[in-house]
Amino acid sequence: MTKTVLDLVVNGESRSFAVEGHRSLLDALREEAGLTGTKKGCDVGDCGACTVILDGKPINACMILAVEAQGAQITTIEGLQASPDDLHPLQQAFMEHGASQCGFCTPGILIMAKHLLESNPLPTDEEIRFGLSGNICRCTGYTKIFDAIRTAGKRMAETGMALPATKVEA
Amino acid sequence: MRRFEYHAPNSLEEVSGLLTSLGDGAFILAGGTDLLVEIRERLRTVKHLVDIKKVPGLSGITCSAAQGLRFGAMTTAGELAAHPGLAQLYPNLYDALCALASIQVRNRATVIGNICRASPSADTIPPLVADGASIETWHPDGARIIPLAEFFTGPGRSVLRAGEIATAITVPPPQPGSYRAYIKHGRRKAMELATVGVAVSLDTKDGICTAARIALGAVGPVVLRAPQAEALLVGTRLDPKTVTSAAQQAMLECTPISNVRSSADYRREMVGVLTRRAVQQVLEVAA
Ligand code: FES
Ligand code: FES
Repeated sequence: MTKTVLDLVVNGESRSFAVEGHRSLLDALREEAGLTGTKKGCDVGDCGACTVILDGKPINACMILAVEAQGAQITTIEGLQASPDDLHPLQQAFMEHGASQCGFCTPGILIMAKHLLESNPLPTDEEIRFGLSGNICRCTGYTKIFDAIRTAGKRMAETGMALPATKVEA
Repeated sequence: MRRFEYHAPNSLEEVSGLLTSLGDGAFILAGGTDLLVEIRERLRTVKHLVDIKKVPGLSGITCSAAQGLRFGAMTTAGELAAHPGLAQLYPNLYDALCALASIQVRNRATVIGNICRASPSADTIPPLVADGASIETWHPDGARIIPLAEFFTGPGRSVLRAGEIATAITVPPPQPGSYRAYIKHGRRKAMELATVGVAVSLDTKDGICTAARIALGAVGPVVLRAPQAEALLVGTRLDPKTVTSAAQQAMLECTPISNVRSSADYRREMVGVLTRRAVQQVLEVAA
């Protein structure tokens, strides 16, 4: 099988590696780029554990071939923190609220919640539910996840990490 | 994932040529959200994927009250739902788009991919059929414009010939006094295939229904129209009694099967309920 050289910007850093045409972006990120924070739950687009931001939009990394992402800008869970000592408000709030149990869904949920809160830091429960409808958690029952997202959103609004009072379609 | 060869041609001629020369194991890759699942679950034997993202002219949306709606083969469900004016002019299609899978999937899945997959339960088909949409196709022997209602020949099957590519969908502009709704029924709200989906589009003048189009999803081998139920609505003021009898007629016109998601009887029952609700929803907007 022929390999294609893939050039990506992952978490602000230019990366390039050779991939075969049939590999998913998820496998390329985990195995070629060594970024194993993005999880493989189902590999068929059902669970959201593999959610990454591609050119500004959340997608399932298992549902796109690596070669389709040629030239794209990608944010994975490893890109959530501004620096190693600096937790993102979502990470902080998830710890405070105990919103992560086994943690397998957490990277995907954090990425999805970041996308939601950046345009809508004070979401209603219905908006959180709609925003997270493609992310499945088998452990928490979602209540603590919702609490953590509300807390993080408030802090993001206060610190200017989100645009207050503007709403953008998903 | 099973191995296949990936191709990314730059023109419709090349796409068509590849599909023809590579034969049965070659498929068009647009959003990939259905095809990649089928490959992983070994539901489809794929030797070649022909990606159409590099082909120029397949993206872009125009949507206005004067010109109606047109979108290309690369338009994703998420992009279309967020397009200015779509929710106001085509609330039925908007609701169908928002009910499709999840935000992540909608950011990849193309609407035309959802259509060409030709599933009787595809959410986007009933509202488009009820609004009289057409699909544009390209083939070296000539382009075609096919009414969407005549596009499907069975579950997973359409009138597309080998090497023919669906390029765009057009929907006529909404007429003044026309109203539309789509209601999806599933076991849960997200990540769910429709158990039944009902689209109703009505034209009215001075409170009288002048035309009605009912499209029923997931209750037949293809998305069905319910012409006799439609005929019961035309010429009336859409009073509750008329609406109830049209809903009962729609139940007789569908041909549901039983499967893991629901029994045929339940589906038929829901066609009645949802047809009535969809007309009510239309009347509430009209009022
Ligand atoms: S691993 Fe991609 S959605 Fe589950
Ligand atoms: S914490 Fe275990 S799946 Fe969510």
